[in-house]
Amino acid sequence: MDAAAPPALLPDRFEAWFAGRGWAPRAHQLEMVAAARAGQHALLIAPTGGGKTLAGFLPSLIELSERPPPNTPRGIHTLYISPLKALAVDVERNLMTPIAQMGLNIVAESRTGDTGEARKQRQRIKPPDILLTTPEQLALFCAWEGARRYFEDLRCVIIDEVHAIWPSKRGDLLALDLARLQVFAPMMRRVGLSATVDDPDVIRRWLSPSPPPSLRAEGESIDPGDGVRLVRGPPGPLPQVEVLISEGRVPWAGHTAQHAMADVYEVIKRHRTSLIFVNTRFQAEFAFQELWKLNDDSLPIALHHGSLAAEQRRKVEAAMARGDLRAVVCTSTLDLGIDWGDVDLVIQLAAPKGASRMVQRIGRANHRLDEPSKAIFVPANRFEVLECQAAREAIAENAFDAEIPRTGALDVLAQHVMGCAISEPFELLSLYDEVRAAGPYRDLAWEDFEAVVEFVSTGGYALRTYDRFRRIVQGQDGLWRVRNPQVAQRHRMNVGAILSPAVLNIRMAGRRGQPGRKIGEVEEGYLEMLEPGDTFIFAGGVWRLQGVTATDALVTSASGDDPKMPSWGGSKFAISTFLAAKVRRMMSEPEGWTSLPTDVREWLEAQRDRSRIPASDQMLLETFRRGKRCFLVVYPFEGRLAHTTLAMLLTKRLDRLRVGPLGFVVNDYAMAIWSLKPMDDLDFDSLFDEDMLGDDLEAWLDESFMMKRAFKGCALISGLIERRMPGSEKSGRQVTFSTDLIYDVLRRHQPDHLLLKCARLDAASGMIDVARVGQMLARIKGAILHAPLEHLSPFAVPILLEIGKERVGGDAAEMMLADAADDLIAEALS
Amino acid sequence: MNAAALRERSFARSPCGGVAMAINGEPVVMRSSGALWLAGQRMLVVADLHFEKGSAYAARGQLLPPYDTAETLTRLEAEIAALAPATVVLLGDSFHDGRAEDRLFGDDAARIAALSSGRQLVWVVGNHDADGPRDLPGDLADEIAIGGLILRHEPLPGPRPGEAAGHLHPCARLVGRGRAVRRRCFATDGERVILPAFGAYAGGLNIRDEAFAGLFTRHPLAVALGRDQAHPLAWAMLGGD
Repeated sequence: MDAAAPPALLPDRFEAWFAGRGWAPRAHQLEMVAAARAGQHALLIAPTGGGKTLAGFLPSLIELSERPPPNTPRGIHTLYISPLKALAVDVERNLMTPIAQMGLNIVAESRTGDTGEARKQRQRIKPPDILLTTPEQLALFCAWEGARRYFEDLRCVIIDEVHAIWPSKRGDLLALDLARLQVFAPMMRRVGLSATVDDPDVIRRWLSPSPPPSLRAEGESIDPGDGVRLVRGPPGPLPQVEVLISEGRVPWAGHTAQHAMADVYEVIKRHRTSLIFVNTRFQAEFAFQELWKLNDDSLPIALHHGSLAAEQRRKVEAAMARGDLRAVVCTSTLDLGIDWGDVDLVIQLAAPKGASRMVQRIGRANHRLDEPSKAIFVPANRFEVLECQAAREAIAENAFDAEIPRTGALDVLAQHVMGCAISEPFELLSLYDEVRAAGPYRDLAWEDFEAVVEFVSTGGYALRTYDRFRRIVQGQDGLWRVRNPQVAQRHRMNVGAILSPAVLNIRMAGRRGQPGRKIGEVEEGYLEMLEPGDTFIFAGGVWRLQGVTATDALVTSASGDDPKMPSWGGSKFAISTFLAAKVRRMMSEPEGWTSLPTDVREWLEAQRDRSRIPASDQMLLETFRRGKRCFLVVYPFEGRLAHTTLAMLLTKRLDRLRVGPLGFVVNDYAMAIWSLKPMDDLDFDSLFDEDMLGDDLEAWLDESFMMKRAFKGCALISGLIERRMPGSEKSGRQVTFSTDLIYDVLRRHQPDHLLLKCARLDAASGMIDVARVGQMLARIKGAILHAPLEHLSPFAVPILLEIGKERVGGDAAEMMLADAADDLIAEALS
Repeated sequence: MNAAALRERSFARSPCGGVAMAINGEPVVMRSSGALWLAGQRMLVVADLHFEKGSAYAARGQLLPPYDTAETLTRLEAEIAALAPATVVLLGDSFHDGRAEDRLFGDDAARIAALSSGRQLVWVVGNHDADGPRDLPGDLADEIAIGGLILRHEPLPGPRPGEAAGHLHPCARLVGRGRAVRRRCFATDGERVILPAFGAYAGGLNIRDEAFAGLFTRHPLAVALGRDQAHPLAWAMLGGD
């Protein structure tokens, strides 16, 4: 605890309140008050449990308590933005305690998508002093005619969990809305609350309202982040992390960690409450199932993931809050959220993938600052043992994954421009300046801005046929405004940058096949690999799929049956560059192998004896023959997305070299390609040359389903396609089909259209990780270690075990159709 | 579907990537473009072009790309160039709505008119374009009887041997290998055939939908449109939506 504050900083009432609870204000809390007194923007970096939320609100509570009574009704003083609805509601509740105990005359209210219409109306007419809400609700506010007046008294915006929001399209939208609020309320201070990150300056630059260089006065600071005061909370003790080693039983491949379930169960028994994080929903369902098979003590173990019905998730959260549960198996849905004091252990089942996410997950255990959080990593295979060790070391060294600065997406900007036109007429140049005061759009080119406005107005088509259908029009006064109220209404129904995927309800099939009780919702893709009659696990039960209708998947109970367990999709997260480098280094240093479990050490030694161990700056490339097939296996450790992209491009090259590649398979660590012709004598340096990322990439990307998926997202966010229309809601499934058709047509007739550019960027960064492939190709230039082998190597075993379990890459759709037809023809001719 | 039933309605891959088959005894080719080719009569049949669907949405505030008519015409022109038909039949719903003709842009109207030069162009009327075109050339028809076939827009209920119709926009969904593929398709039991929609923006209705029930004497074969090939798919392999 820190020494007493200088008396000027805290009013007596606040001093007394701290003292009355036996607390002293912490240094970072006081520094936040000092920043506010100086009128500075601030970014607070502190681990969970550090009194972070109070530190964020303390300056506002003080200001509000010192305000003289108003002559006229006042607007909102402080706006709190949280990435989660539940968090906004929870913080509202927590804020009531100091307000009530100090007897402050302050009204704090939340507003989320779940808030009732009556309360929302009242909040518009009579604004609370503090409004707690989400980025989507703020975007709605900003697209409202009364926005300017509503926010003119605003003094402070607090963005909670800013580390989780900023690097996303939601973050882009929020940054744009902050820039708009700053115009309405020039006095507004921005406050970010963040978990510990590698480089706080990246977030400071995002948060800063600093205008673009062209508008800055002579001599003003060069780094826009300088305008935001950095406040650091106490670091807190380092978490205690163990890696669970099942000696002699670490599997070669797989992602389920089935071998370790009995050990995991024993660990749960020894702790009060455990959070068990996994990387995919399938893993969550599987682990839940396995744990209950072992649950002889009937421990209350629950399941939480994004496919479960919202109601069911809330039940689990409530039981957790009451302390009724001993364990919850969960996915990233619980990465953020309200504090549960009773959690004393975090278990990470399967690989951690990144050090930063891991630290935040571990922070979910033990929210008391002075005690270390405790975590156990459970590797699911041998490579994952290395990854878990690397993550453990990174955490011990307090090292984090690097943040990459973000460039704002243009589809989000399109949505924002429409919102601006609806709230009030705008002038093109001043909106351009306003937009460039948002961190991610600081470097936005005028041409791009113009193109976005043109897109919002007419669709931005080279064929100027839609001038009479303009959605926003420029008036005689030079200002742009929305064409009619219908356009405005439809925009409001579609605000936001979170795309909910197409979902199906899972329902019990009634006796006559009609839909019955709802069990949950799943994303469409979740069921795509199943056919009627197949069994699968969901919501902790085993079900048989009876059929799928337009909106429902009908199932019957199949408990006791062995569920079909799709094995693909090891992780949706790629291993971070930082962790991957650590794994490569660990592997290359045999003197450190002694700390590894015996079977992993023996596996590495066997690799050294039968093949090669690459140096940490090398990439190992093995060629060998197995049966009739010739294999080429590489180990870049760049994650499955980047490997898939690499494999797609390499197979194209090998085709041109007349090697005739037959197929490929990837996992997070390696990639294997096979053909009937040997590949030992290829020129690998030119095969892996960086020019691979040229025309081949473009050609492949344009045809790929990733582009179609990315285009759909951009079309929805930008407002080209509206999911919701007055009186009806297009289901995501209908949307899928029509955007694919639109994509095909647009690609042929206007390949340089704004939305195609957006989609290419999204696909290249999010879905195929082109940047990562590029970095990798640069890294391995002249550093390919070729090992021509007689047999497959110990390292190659895991990746070859994946063959046949994995989705095939390439032009799978056409191949599927052709094969299905061949079957039929063969049958017909038999 | 068993092998014997298949042989009975024997089909073959035609050299052009289409599927050749007899409908009610009349030989036809189901092309990978979605067009039906009657070689004996040199007649090309396409259904549900839905010209100007894009601008119909734009007029209501959703600015879909305006290229759908041009795209549909390009595909149709390619088929005409490949086959040199004596007659081109547009099997109804050629326009998305009654005012679509007024919204035609650029040289699209001229390209449509050119479809009739040197050959017969027949507009079979549909529910979206009951009056047929106003200013464009071509003949108007409710239905056309040719050989063993009768061509009309909307399939009539119950068994109709020899009927070739559109209207329903059939598509097939194939599931497997961890993913699903949904494609436009012909639906046929050898007695009658439903054509896929040819228009660039026309949506699709799964052939397992109730709307198809009762049209066929047995489970129909789906001939799905691939990139350069039409693929005959057995009913049992097809999934619902």
